[in-house]
Amino acid sequence: MANIKVDGQLVEVPDYYTLMQAAEAAGAEIPRFCYHERLSVAGNCRMCLVEVKGGPPKPTASCAMSVKDLRPGPNGEPPEMFTNTPMVKKAREGVMEFLLINHPLDCPICDQGGECDLQDQAMAYGVDKNRFAENKRAVEDKYIGPLVKTSMNRCIHCTRCVRFTTEVAGIAEMGLLGRGEDAEITTYLEKALTSELQGNVIDLCPVGALTSKPYAFNARPWELVKTESIDVMDAVGSNIRVDSRGREVMRILPRINEAINEEWISDKTRFIWDGLKSQRLDRPYVRKSGKLQAASWEEALSAVAARIKKAGNKVGAIAGDLAAVEEMYALKALLASVGSGMTDVRPAMSGIDTTMPRSAYIFNPTIAGIEEADAIVIIGANPRKEAALINARIRKTWRAKGLPIAVIGEQADLTYSYSYLGEGLETLADLVAGKGSFGEILSQAKRPLIIVGEGAVSHAKLGKQAGRDTIAMAAKLATGAGVAEGWNGFALLHNAASRVGGIDIGFTPHDGGVCSADQIVLAGKGELDVLFLLGADEYDTSAMGKAFVVYVGSHGDAGAHRADVILPAATYTEKSGTYVNTEGRVQVTNRAVFPPGDAKEDWAIIRALSGAIGKPLPFNSLTQLRAAIYAEFPHLARIDQIAAGSVADVAKLAKAAIKTKSAPYGSAVSEFYLTNPIARSSAVMGECAATAAGLQQAAE
Amino acid sequence: MLADKDRIFTNLYGQGDWGLEGARKRGGWNGTKEFLDQGRDWITNEVKASGLRGRGGAGFPTGLKWSFMPKVSDGRPHYLLVNADESEPGTCKDREILRHDPHHLIEGCLIACRAMDAHLAFIYVRGEFVRERERLERAVEEAYEAKLIGKDNIHGWDLDIIVHHGAGAYICGEETALMESLEGKKGQPRLKPPFPAGMGVYGNPTTVNNVESIAVVPEILRRSAGWFSSIGRPNNVGTKLFMVSGHVNKPATFEEALGESFKDIIEKHCGGIRGGWDNLLAVIPGGASCPVVRGEDMMDAIMDFDGLREKKSSFGTGGMIIMDKSTDIIKAIWRISAFFKHESCGQCTPCREGTGWMMRVMERMVEGRAQKREIDMLFEVTKQIEGHTICALGDAAAWPVQGLIRNFRPTIEARIEQYTYSSTSDGAVPSIAAE
Repeated sequence: MANIKVDGQLVEVPDYYTLMQAAEAAGAEIPRFCYHERLSVAGNCRMCLVEVKGGPPKPTASCAMSVKDLRPGPNGEPPEMFTNTPMVKKAREGVMEFLLINHPLDCPICDQGGECDLQDQAMAYGVDKNRFAENKRAVEDKYIGPLVKTSMNRCIHCTRCVRFTTEVAGIAEMGLLGRGEDAEITTYLEKALTSELQGNVIDLCPVGALTSKPYAFNARPWELVKTESIDVMDAVGSNIRVDSRGREVMRILPRINEAINEEWISDKTRFIWDGLKSQRLDRPYVRKSGKLQAASWEEALSAVAARIKKAGNKVGAIAGDLAAVEEMYALKALLASVGSGMTDVRPAMSGIDTTMPRSAYIFNPTIAGIEEADAIVIIGANPRKEAALINARIRKTWRAKGLPIAVIGEQADLTYSYSYLGEGLETLADLVAGKGSFGEILSQAKRPLIIVGEGAVSHAKLGKQAGRDTIAMAAKLATGAGVAEGWNGFALLHNAASRVGGIDIGFTPHDGGVCSADQIVLAGKGELDVLFLLGADEYDTSAMGKAFVVYVGSHGDAGAHRADVILPAATYTEKSGTYVNTEGRVQVTNRAVFPPGDAKEDWAIIRALSGAIGKPLPFNSLTQLRAAIYAEFPHLARIDQIAAGSVADVAKLAKAAIKTKSAPYGSAVSEFYLTNPIARSSAVMGECAATAAGLQQAAE
Repeated sequence: MLADKDRIFTNLYGQGDWGLEGARKRGGWNGTKEFLDQGRDWITNEVKASGLRGRGGAGFPTGLKWSFMPKVSDGRPHYLLVNADESEPGTCKDREILRHDPHHLIEGCLIACRAMDAHLAFIYVRGEFVRERERLERAVEEAYEAKLIGKDNIHGWDLDIIVHHGAGAYICGEETALMESLEGKKGQPRLKPPFPAGMGVYGNPTTVNNVESIAVVPEILRRSAGWFSSIGRPNNVGTKLFMVSGHVNKPATFEEALGESFKDIIEKHCGGIRGGWDNLLAVIPGGASCPVVRGEDMMDAIMDFDGLREKKSSFGTGGMIIMDKSTDIIKAIWRISAFFKHESCGQCTPCREGTGWMMRVMERMVEGRAQKREIDMLFEVTKQIEGHTICALGDAAAWPVQGLIRNFRPTIEARIEQYTYSSTSDGAVPSIAAE
């Protein structure tokens, strides 16, 4: 710890603190453009200049100078810094003037207007007159992909975008070209960025040089209603803010949550919003003589009710990737009321054992816990595509510690270097046997992190047994002899927001019964009369035979095309739903806008249906429904918390006998931008996918 | 004036053999082992006692700089980095050393490396110095062949020398930008602290010295620190390479003692000012970045660090640019502004934006197409750049303009008036936009 006087006020701060942090600790505000907490220090904007005593006799960049760099006074007095002296004021005015001389005066047509650092700081620290009589610099705009719009005249060369893409996103595709006045930020040869985190440069850009292309000229920040919510594009559960105007979602921004997404979100999370408006199911449909025809709610519900009454207990239900806990609980209760336990939230052929306690199916070490790991094995997963922010966290840890990472399964560019061990289960078996140099590393590791992806446990190519064996072997790796006490390194990486919540409430086959794949097989054989698809579109809809398919969902995707009755439901921005992320963290979305047309919230649809079949479910409001859920599953009531699993359970998993000799792992996500019905309805995501494919083609 | 026997660079004009043979004849590589054997503290103290100040422009005491290197290594290697990226307009001394006396430099590297426990020296040669680099490389080869340096050499101190060829950017002469460039990155200055002595090339303790500072060290040790410090005035001792360009009768590079008067030096070495002393308009005394000084003020100037500080300028590298009364001084300083604008790296705001602004205002002032109040504004802009940047290029760009305004304000005003008077209806004087 070190003492420092900030504007005369003595504060005690850790000696590695920068002057800027010390000033913040003392409550003094320091303007800045290039400095960002999560990026390396560049010190190039010079806006944060302060005056110091015991340092050089000129203004000092407070973001780069640390407290321990200052010398104490002659009698050991603490060093002093000032943020409000004439020297500082003049320095800020000077820098501000320089920043503005070549900055265009296009605030009225700039999308950053209203949330622009330069605008705000010019008001606070600038002068009100212009002395610059020359021509302003003109810079050509660059194409850097379908997501980020550039307006390079506005660039102030803070290099935040360059540092983000190289440090956090792990792509060396952006840089500062040229020098002096002619320096330009560019991707060189107008190449599109290949990162799935590129949208974050829009937030990072302190001016309007990098703005959102899909959102361009759509709205002003002060017109928007801001709703704090949770993302459901993957199982990470990134914290987001949904900005809406009227009935429309205008854009999605990240919220800070250190435990999950820090302050980044993936491009799918950020740019999905145009998919919320197209291909929507806004009224019920009933299939009549082979054709889906618009119907009233009454018609649709009674059509379903009639079939259910006939079907007896031959009713199944599959929940899709975006289903919230509430509707799954309601649907499970509905099926129970007719005597059926055929529910599943897992992909076809999943090896996940749902009879085990929680630690068997969650990301036990937690996302923030990745930073404590000392070795990582990634099995059958491509975290860059499946959970971009978990991948960013792995990269962050790798950059900080250079820890050894191994991959079994798909060999892909993960933005960090790893040793590739092999592509299938047999490689994992070798690793468990301690073979190879990585076996050696793992035996030394105190905190090994074993990430198991859906490509290794829930893949059609594999079969259930191989998935189960993979989990058992991964558990064995995670509970090796040298592992530190209290460390649970077994991490199942789910791909869908609905998965953990669904398993938590038992939306899974009872007593190892009929899983999702079996349901489809039964349907194909005509042994299943009614099949509910709760937003489930990732299954083989052509194999469902003559079963009466009820699609409860929001978008006209695969499931809706096969359906006999469509019950239009709400998306995650249109309802308050509970989601449990891959770590097992419980989070709740908030309604930002109302569902379009006649669409209703999913749980309410199921409640209405239960009335139609004459077995009304015992709740009439969301509050009552939640009360029922919380009574049965108390851990779901603890919002933003994780009910941790125990290491002992993982050790139990590890004891299972291995029956599979060899099986190749697949990849669970083939197309990052098109993983769910909302994304497939989004024109922006489609363009991203096409761009990515084009780049890949060009590279090959 | 410096006696011939006190000269260090005895082959400055290349009459003799530049190679090892010739260097040995002139006394080079003589007794080097004895110096090394006396240990690092002795060498550092000798250099400190000699009063040698860095010859690259800032004049920082060389011995003191060496003593900043960690006394005990923490496991990281130490490096010597010789800055041969001599790009300052008006400065051309290091190239003469590289061309004609490279063994002074190589021997100096060995001694300096001993003084800071380094076994590796980098010499970063300016991109445009192709022949000089070739000659230096040859000289390094010679030294390797003769086992003067390298592993298990006859001096008992392992030393490898890597000659690195730059790509021709002025900013890479800044010590931290030099290191970035050496590491293969873009030549942009680093933030200080950490200083190079703590974290330099590849994150290891590094000392960056000018070619001349290193090249004079062997002779200082051979002839004793007392000899060196007896030349010149206190705090400004030793001999120095001077370069004189511009309107003198015989422009030249030569070695001279510090502390001599400007007039004597010009008379002795350069045959006086073109058109006589009355024709002297202005002098830039130490390379382009030093503020310009009026001719009449230079008449009694003493050519050393303190002497020129009294004239509100700086001794810099000793590269004098002499301008007689035929010079358009505004245009001359504009040209320097254009140089700095061109060479700004673009990293930090005041320099990136300010150098171009200054140049453009100067451009108008050359014609007189400006307002008189803009002179004050221009001065303020230079003050907004000076001291607010990451490296000293901002200061270097600001000083020439400040010197111009301080010393030649009437000239600028007269130019503006003349432009206004001579304006016609089709060449209307554009007025600055109303505030």
